[in-house]
Amino acid sequence: MKIGVPRESHPGERRVATTPEVAAQIMKLGYGVVVQSGAGAEASFSDDAFRSAGCEIAASRKDVYDQCDIVMKVRAPEGDELGMLRSGQTLISFIWPAQNPDLLETLTGRGITALAMDSVPRISRAQKMDALSSMANIAGYRAVVEAAQHFGRFFTGQITAAGKIPPAKVLVIGAGVAGLAAIGAAKSMGAIVRSFDTRPEVKEQVESMDAEFLMLEFEGEDGSGEGGYAKVMSKEFIEAEMALFAEQAKDVDIIITTALIPGKPAPRLITAEMVESMKDGSVVVDLAAEQGGNCELTEPGQVVVKHGVTLIGYTDLPSRLAAQSSQLYGTNLRHLLTDMTPEKDGQLVVDMEDEVIRGATICRGGETTWPPPAPKLSAAPPAAKPAVPPPPKPEKKKSVAGPIIAMVLGGLALLGLGSVAPQDFMAHFTVFVLACFVGYMVIWNVTPALHTPLMSVTNAISSIIVIGALMQISSDTALIKWIAVATVCITAVNIFGGFAVTRRMLEMFRK
Amino acid sequence: MQFNGILVVSYIIATILFILALGGLSNQETARRGNWYGIVGMAIALVATIWGIVSQAYVELMVALLIGGTVGLIAARRVQMTQMPELVAILHSLVGLAAVAVGFANFLDPGRLAHYQGVELTIHDIETYIGILIGAVTFSGSVIAFGKLSGRIGGKPLILPARHWLNLVLLLVVIWFAYQFVLQSPTGTADNPAGWLPLIIMTVLSLLFGIHMVMAIGGADMPVVVSMLNSYSGWAASATGFMLGNDLLIVTGALVGSSGAILSYIMCRAMNRKFLAVIAGGFGTSEGTQLTGGEDQGEVQPIDPEETAALLADAEEVMIIPGYGMAVAQAQHIVHELTQKLRERKVNVRFGIHPVAGRMPGHMNVLLAEAKVPYDIVFEMDEINEDFPDIDVSIVIGANDIVNPSALEDPEGPIGGMPVLECWKGKTTIVLKRSMATGYAGVQNPLFFKENTRMLFGDAKDSLDAVLKAL
Repeated sequence: MKIGVPRESHPGERRVATTPEVAAQIMKLGYGVVVQSGAGAEASFSDDAFRSAGCEIAASRKDVYDQCDIVMKVRAPEGDELGMLRSGQTLISFIWPAQNPDLLETLTGRGITALAMDSVPRISRAQKMDALSSMANIAGYRAVVEAAQHFGRFFTGQITAAGKIPPAKVLVIGAGVAGLAAIGAAKSMGAIVRSFDTRPEVKEQVESMDAEFLMLEFEGEDGSGEGGYAKVMSKEFIEAEMALFAEQAKDVDIIITTALIPGKPAPRLITAEMVESMKDGSVVVDLAAEQGGNCELTEPGQVVVKHGVTLIGYTDLPSRLAAQSSQLYGTNLRHLLTDMTPEKDGQLVVDMEDEVIRGATICRGGETTWPPPAPKLSAAPPAAKPAVPPPPKPEKKKSVAGPIIAMVLGGLALLGLGSVAPQDFMAHFTVFVLACFVGYMVIWNVTPALHTPLMSVTNAISSIIVIGALMQISSDTALIKWIAVATVCITAVNIFGGFAVTRRMLEMFRK
Repeated sequence: MQFNGILVVSYIIATILFILALGGLSNQETARRGNWYGIVGMAIALVATIWGIVSQAYVELMVALLIGGTVGLIAARRVQMTQMPELVAILHSLVGLAAVAVGFANFLDPGRLAHYQGVELTIHDIETYIGILIGAVTFSGSVIAFGKLSGRIGGKPLILPARHWLNLVLLLVVIWFAYQFVLQSPTGTADNPAGWLPLIIMTVLSLLFGIHMVMAIGGADMPVVVSMLNSYSGWAASATGFMLGNDLLIVTGALVGSSGAILSYIMCRAMNRKFLAVIAGGFGTSEGTQLTGGEDQGEVQPIDPEETAALLADAEEVMIIPGYGMAVAQAQHIVHELTQKLRERKVNVRFGIHPVAGRMPGHMNVLLAEAKVPYDIVFEMDEINEDFPDIDVSIVIGANDIVNPSALEDPEGPIGGMPVLECWKGKTTIVLKRSMATGYAGVQNPLFFKENTRMLFGDAKDSLDAVLKAL
């Protein structure tokens, strides 16, 4: 089958759905790849690069759509592109079926099999095709770069001959993929980074990146929704949260907001008053601008200055790192294709039993298959288990009586033994007990690394039992003599073998 | 046996040398000297005894020594370091066998009845009886341990129904026969010793007991068993010493016995298990606790050797955690090459050894030493467990239960409370494994499903070979 990659038609979209490197790997799956001339130009992939990777170059968009069986795109088709799609063709791109019901209807009506990259379920196995995370990662990184661009000072603190430079303080709201990427980028530029999220389980991740996690002293509410995303919180929680932001706004230089709730408009977190309270020259980057913005004053797609604060509302941050985004997105697509091409024969199999494919497929053969049934597994830890405090174990009191009783009994037993045993025996017994103690003291000093040699050497030494056989070997009774001879023989194995193998082992221990 | 001052002095010297031999093992520098002390001590004891006590049958003695010595030396030279546990087990069995033989020979000694009377005879008989008992248990137990370690017998614990009752009954029966033996013994004459029957029945029962005991113990508990048998072989020698009235035997036996007992204790502590629980057997059968493996823990993330090499090349701190799988795959040499290569690149490579890694105490150390890994980069668990947060890459080679986080997270689980190497606290853990099978404890390992864990499937040796090539 042939895969077509047209140039993105959306104004300002610089990404492309495949790169020469990825295309070469897709061809290994048995597909042919047709790329529209100039498709990768804005992401710095020339037609020649595609050609040398083995792709065909088609002159126009129409050519691409006509030739191919599968269309791979970044953005959902719009305008005349829809007309070029034909029944039976497969489309793989971002589609956002929830936000674009009309588009979904059109695609269904035209008998197109459509896979929405935004609908790939968030389960561990599908991580490699999770384009949303790839893009969010880039957006988070780029958000910091944009902030730095508009921020008039250093991120890092320095002490120079010309005076002290304080480090910038960055607040990242929402510690999802984008938030964590922003934290990482800001941190590596030297800023002091704080982060807030309604989901307490991300605290660890934030702290692992050396950022400070702002905790809300609020009992009993967990913001984790299905699939590891956040959910809408209660009114009281939001009030407490807003108070925290208001306080932080006065202190920090840069706010990066990444708060999104799936299928809902972005929560309003930064009010006009908060922006007003920020220091002049501060920057707010609103990654949720497209969904209405976390900040009251941001304008989608624009950079505006209000109350002396720069408000960045770009909605195309991944596209601003076009080469990187194309490469990651292309790789996500390739992973999806790999899963859908079990035979590596260039034949796409839409296996509706496969949870990942099922989730991504939004329409097929004239039927709408969206939304999919709920995923069986969640990427987030199943927090549903109520934390039942383990019943307080009755603390085992170290009974003082136990050892004392044991000692008394032992002493009594010894006394009993002493009262009947002959002198000879007691002498031996004394030696025995003392030897046990000596052994006890000596062995504790042995380093654990030498436990094996210790065993083999004690083994050799314990064949001192040969003395017993030697005492009997001169017996006049033939039976005893021969038993003794046999015993000497087997203990000799032990003596020589034990010492020799110990020596061999110890020779190996070298610095 | 008349008093012989030179003999006694020789024995004292031998005893001291044996203590020095054990003391010498406290570190690698003095260990070689320690071994020589042991050899000299043994030589002195032998020469003194032959000179002082043996009065005839010199030829047979020499021939026996020669044959046995040759066999021992050949075995010592041929044995591979991965087979050390088997060798040690089979050598233990020889000590047990010797104790049984000496006991029986002593029982047959016509001078016995003339020499001891009354209480003395009773005590002597009990000593003989106990010597044979311990010897027989050591013998059969070691043979089974050998079979299990060398794979001739399956590693799965064999659990007989009502085995604890069985053991108890065995013990009572053995005590009853001891009573019978003591009663019958004085009625015999020099040429026709009485009490044969109880003695032989007891020996058979002891042999069965040894078999039963070790059969019931699972593979992961082998280090405890091996050290326990080590201890038994010492006690057997000690009991024989009592029987013969020989202090050298008593002392040496007690030294060895307490050494083995301490090792067993250390091993048990390293698994957070009670000694009795191990002996009672059946690790992994998990009575009463459900296996945590049932619930789906998510997906593992595989990695290929090239990516592993890239990770290692970027790392500054690498920790290698070997387990029994490294011994099975004979991967220690390739591990050493990898270590060398990384160290040349200024990567700080260290080894973290869990006390019960492998099949006998210190097994991993010996394997690494064999592969010429310098011992000063090989560390015990307690020494390095706190360093994991600074580790860039941990490589787990053929280990499972000793790196299982559920030991800490699930205190009620089958391995709950066992101290483990906390490699998941490092940045990345690479687990070399043949398949997703569980470890000996039969517990699923959540480590494999951690976000920062990557699985490198395949034979450890082949995988590391590929990693080495890619470096």
